[in-house]
Amino acid sequence: MNSATREAYGAALAELGRTNPDVVALDADLAGSTKSATFGAENPGRFFDMGIAEADMVGTAAGLATCGKVPFASSFAVFCTGRAFEQIRNSVCNPNLNVTVVGSHAGPSCGEDGSSHQAVEDIAIMRSLPNMCVVVPADDVEARLATIALAEHVGPAYLRVARLASPTVHDEDYEFDLLRGDLLRDGDDVTVVACGMMVPRALEAAERLEAEGVSAQVVNMHTIKPIDADLLEECARKTGKVVTIEEGTIVGGLGTAVAEALSERYPVPVRRIGMPDVFGTSGGGAELLDHFGLNASHIVEVAHELCQ
Amino acid sequence: MSITKRMRAHIVRMLAEAGSGHPGGSLSATDIIATLYFGHMRVDPDNPRWEDRDRLVLCKGHAAPALYAALAIRGFFPEEELLTVRKLGSRLQGHPCMNTTPGVDMSTGSLGQGLSVANGMALAGRLDGRDYYVYAVMGDGELQEGQVWEAAMSAAHYGLDHVVAFVDHNGLQIDGANDDVMRVGPIADKFRAFGWNVIELADGHDLEALDDAVVRAKASVGRPTAIVCETVKGKGVSFMENEVDWHGVAPTREQAAAALADIEAL
Repeated sequence: MNSATREAYGAALAELGRTNPDVVALDADLAGSTKSATFGAENPGRFFDMGIAEADMVGTAAGLATCGKVPFASSFAVFCTGRAFEQIRNSVCNPNLNVTVVGSHAGPSCGEDGSSHQAVEDIAIMRSLPNMCVVVPADDVEARLATIALAEHVGPAYLRVARLASPTVHDEDYEFDLLRGDLLRDGDDVTVVACGMMVPRALEAAERLEAEGVSAQVVNMHTIKPIDADLLEECARKTGKVVTIEEGTIVGGLGTAVAEALSERYPVPVRRIGMPDVFGTSGGGAELLDHFGLNASHIVEVAHELCQ
Repeated sequence: MSITKRMRAHIVRMLAEAGSGHPGGSLSATDIIATLYFGHMRVDPDNPRWEDRDRLVLCKGHAAPALYAALAIRGFFPEEELLTVRKLGSRLQGHPCMNTTPGVDMSTGSLGQGLSVANGMALAGRLDGRDYYVYAVMGDGELQEGQVWEAAMSAAHYGLDHVVAFVDHNGLQIDGANDDVMRVGPIADKFRAFGWNVIELADGHDLEALDDAVVRAKASVGRPTAIVCETVKGKGVSFMENEVDWHGVAPTREQAAAALADIEAL
């Protein structure tokens, strides 16, 4: 399997359209790209294209939520979390309304469109908002399950999905728990905590480390807020060393969340891999991930440094 | 004492007790809010979350004292509670909070966001086959926010004839006159250009005219209605009327006494 999480989101949203009459979807002229268009085609009365107006989209979603609807409001991650940040703050999170904002094309894997379109800050800014739940699914299987879980979850949420296809790491019978991290591989020497399409890279790194005599744990931390601090503590107690990797800025994202949790629960050395406080650039999506060191080789290198 | 006098007296007492808040825009919106809660809105104080209720989004959330006064008089909570506004532990926050105050349909305070929310409520009503109306009360300075015009486009595009938006056009905002800070007019023409049914009221404090405007708004089919009301900031308190300095300053105890005497004499 090699599919993009946005595709799985779109399919899951359409699935919800068939099973949950309260689910409504909004988009800001990117329904074909975010994949909310499938829901729209099947449920024209419950789909609202708001035009290129993300602030209005989020506010409208908030109004729908006050009346018991379950809105999913999608756009590119840059625009829905950035342009509409204060609407998410004041019209969704402050009143604690049941709106899921879905940001697609997140991170440099967005590709050729370049830095203006590649959200690096979305996890950090969404995580900063009280009441907000932040989810970054690792693959298509998890993106589907996360979408369905967020329709059940009551309260504001941000779901980050990607444009670029990436390998499937979960079996079809995978049981997703929104509030529990996913220990994909056990090990003794170092813990690699990843999210999104960095998860298959973390698994690849663990394989290589194994061959080089280092036993690595891999945690898929799909829910960055609220983060599974119990699992992190358990891992830190076992390996004593943590590497994080995410497809976004290391300022305020997954790595920061892990460091925050561990510094209070069980301090161990944490090394963060991510966009090093820079914006992206144009290029092929996969090519850019390598360009910015968002790959297995970088994890292996950092893990070795930590283990020395 | 008439309801609008009672509301104005409450506003003055609340702000004096709180020591902060926004008298000017609360007093200019009082008659609009009174018209809605005491003339038109289908609400049940015993069931504030009633699904079929009409809804009000106070887009200009700083006029919260006017909303709170109306809700208290309407029976959503005791009038005595009004004096707790803006204090720690109170259900009455400085700007409206839907999760603490019975009868508040949407949390507001950040200008420009309310009309979008009102549209969402109206879309939900349409989906559910409910016939409730959603009223939005906006300020004039608020129209400088771009989101208002995004929402104006959406309401017309989706034909939300159960959205009725008031513009409390008192002409003033924090930094001065609208026309000096950032010209927003011609307001009615702008809403017309966006495809709205527009009603202009030369006196936004004339209760009969306000009542008639709402009746006409509810008769609109396929188009949302904007009721553009010419109002007086600080209406009813002689020394506050048309004085920009009373946008966000609370009266002292002495000033409050003088204000209450003015209101009494209305």
